[in-house]
Amino acid sequence: MWLIKVFSKPEKTRMYYNEVLRQIEEIGFGSLKIVFIISVFIGAVTAIQLSYQFGGTLIPSYYIGYTLREMIIVDLAPTITSLVLAGKIGSSIAAEIGGMRQKEIIDAMEIMGLNTPAFLVLPKIVGAVFSVPLLIILAAGLSIFSGFVTATALAGFTPADFIKGLTSFYDAYTVWVMIIKAFVFSFIIVTISAYHGYFVKRGSIELGKAGTDAIVYSSILILVADYVIAQVMMG
Amino acid sequence: MIKAINIHKSFDGTEVLKGITFDFRKSKTNLIIGRSGAGKTVLLKTLVGLITPDNGEVWYDDIDFYKLSLKEIRKLRKKVGMLFQGNALFDSMTIEENVRFPLDMFTDMSFEEKQEQVNSCLNRVELEGVNDKYPAEISGGMQKRVGIARAIVMNPDYLFCDEPNSGLDPKTALIIDELIQSITKENNMTTIINTHDMNSVMEIGENILLLDNGEVAWTGSKDEIMHTDNKYIENFIFASPFLKKLKNQALDNYK
Repeated sequence: MWLIKVFSKPEKTRMYYNEVLRQIEEIGFGSLKIVFIISVFIGAVTAIQLSYQFGGTLIPSYYIGYTLREMIIVDLAPTITSLVLAGKIGSSIAAEIGGMRQKEIIDAMEIMGLNTPAFLVLPKIVGAVFSVPLLIILAAGLSIFSGFVTATALAGFTPADFIKGLTSFYDAYTVWVMIIKAFVFSFIIVTISAYHGYFVKRGSIELGKAGTDAIVYSSILILVADYVIAQVMMG
Repeated sequence: MIKAINIHKSFDGTEVLKGITFDFRKSKTNLIIGRSGAGKTVLLKTLVGLITPDNGEVWYDDIDFYKLSLKEIRKLRKKVGMLFQGNALFDSMTIEENVRFPLDMFTDMSFEEKQEQVNSCLNRVELEGVNDKYPAEISGGMQKRVGIARAIVMNPDYLFCDEPNSGLDPKTALIIDELIQSITKENNMTTIINTHDMNSVMEIGENILLLDNGEVAWTGSKDEIMHTDNKYIENFIFASPFLKKLKNQALDNYK
C-alpha cells in the first residue's frame, strides 16, 4: 500500500525533478570515494587469491584475466558495492526520513496536502536507480584494472596473458546480468531504508534502530535477490 | 467552523478520547486546554486527520472529513495551515524556501508572485532580513513566526496550532498569541490552538474546550473562567496560590 503511494502521480513534476537531481548528487557523487576504495581492494584481493589457486596447476595462466573478469562483472562488483552502499546510503536515507518523521516534518507535509511517500521516496528511487548502476559499472572497471595491476606487478603474471584472458570468451550477457542486479539492488536499498525511516517511532533509540534495520534488511534482501537473479538468468 | 461529534480514540486498549463533541467557531481563537495526558494533542491530530478516530465525525463547515477520499482530503488540506510544537521547518531550506514551499508545490504562481506572497507573510509575522537564513540560525521565537508564516502562506480557512508557546519566554509567547489572534480575525479563519499555557488562555481564549482524562470537563470563554465555580477549572487554571490570589483580587475589583 505504501509502495503504491510512492509510485503515484507527482503533484509538481518540477519539484520532483529538482529533488531527483539532488539525490543523484548525494547518492552518485557522494559515493564515488567509497566505491573507488572498495573497487581497488576487490580487484587486488581477487587477483591474489586467483593467482594462489592457479599456482602449480595446469590451468593456463591467461585464465586469470578471464576468471577475474567474470567474477567481478557477474557478482563481486554489483554485490559487494551494493552491500557497502546499503550501509552508506541506506543508513543515511533511514536517518533523514526518520528524523523528518520525528520532527513532525512529514506531518507538516501531509497537512499541506502532499503525498509524502511519493515526494520523499520516489526521487530517491529514481536517483539511486540512475546512479547506482553507473557506480557499479565504475566499480567493475576499477576492480578489473586493480586486478590487472596486482596480477602483473605482484603475482607474476604477464600483462599479455592477463589481457588475453580478459578478452577471451567474452559474452555481453554477463554485463546485462550485472546491470539488472544493479537496478534491483538499488531499488532494494532505497525502498527498504526509506520504509524503516518513514515508519520510525519516537525517540533517538528508535531512530538508531531504524538505521540498523535499514542496513540489515537491505543487505539480506540484496543477497536473496542476488541468488534469485543468478538462478533465473544463469541457472 | 469545525465540528467534532462524539470522537472516540483508543491506543492499545486505553481510551484516550471518550466521546468529545465540540464546535470550534469561525473567526475565533478556539483553545483546547487540559493537563498533560488529557488528550489535547490526540484531539488536535484527529481534527486535522493525522490520527483517525475509532468513532465519531469531524465536519469542516459542511464537509464530513472522514467521508472524504484521500484525493479529496489532499484538496481540502490546501485550505489548512498548521503550526507544529517543534515548528517542523525544513532544516535544509532557507526561511524563504520554507515559507515558499507550499506555493512551489501547489500553485502555478510566477516566481515574482510567490516572492511577493512570501515577503508579505514574513512581514505580517514581523520577520525581516532573515529570508536567506536557515532555521538553525534563528531563535525559537523567530522559528515560531516562520512556522506561522508558512501556515498562512496559502491563505487557509483553518489554522491549527499545537502548543505554539512551548519553549518560549512569556513576552515572546504573548507576541505569538496576539499574532495568531489578529491573523485569525484578519483572515476570518477557524483557528484551533492546543495549549497548556494559562497566559494564552486568559489572553486569547475566546472559545475554550477543557479536557480531562479524554472527556469534556468544561467549555466557555476566558471571561467565563473568572466567574465559574467549576471546581476543576478552579484547580486547573488557578493552580498556584499566586494565581488564586490574583483571581480573588480581580473579582474584588470587579465587585
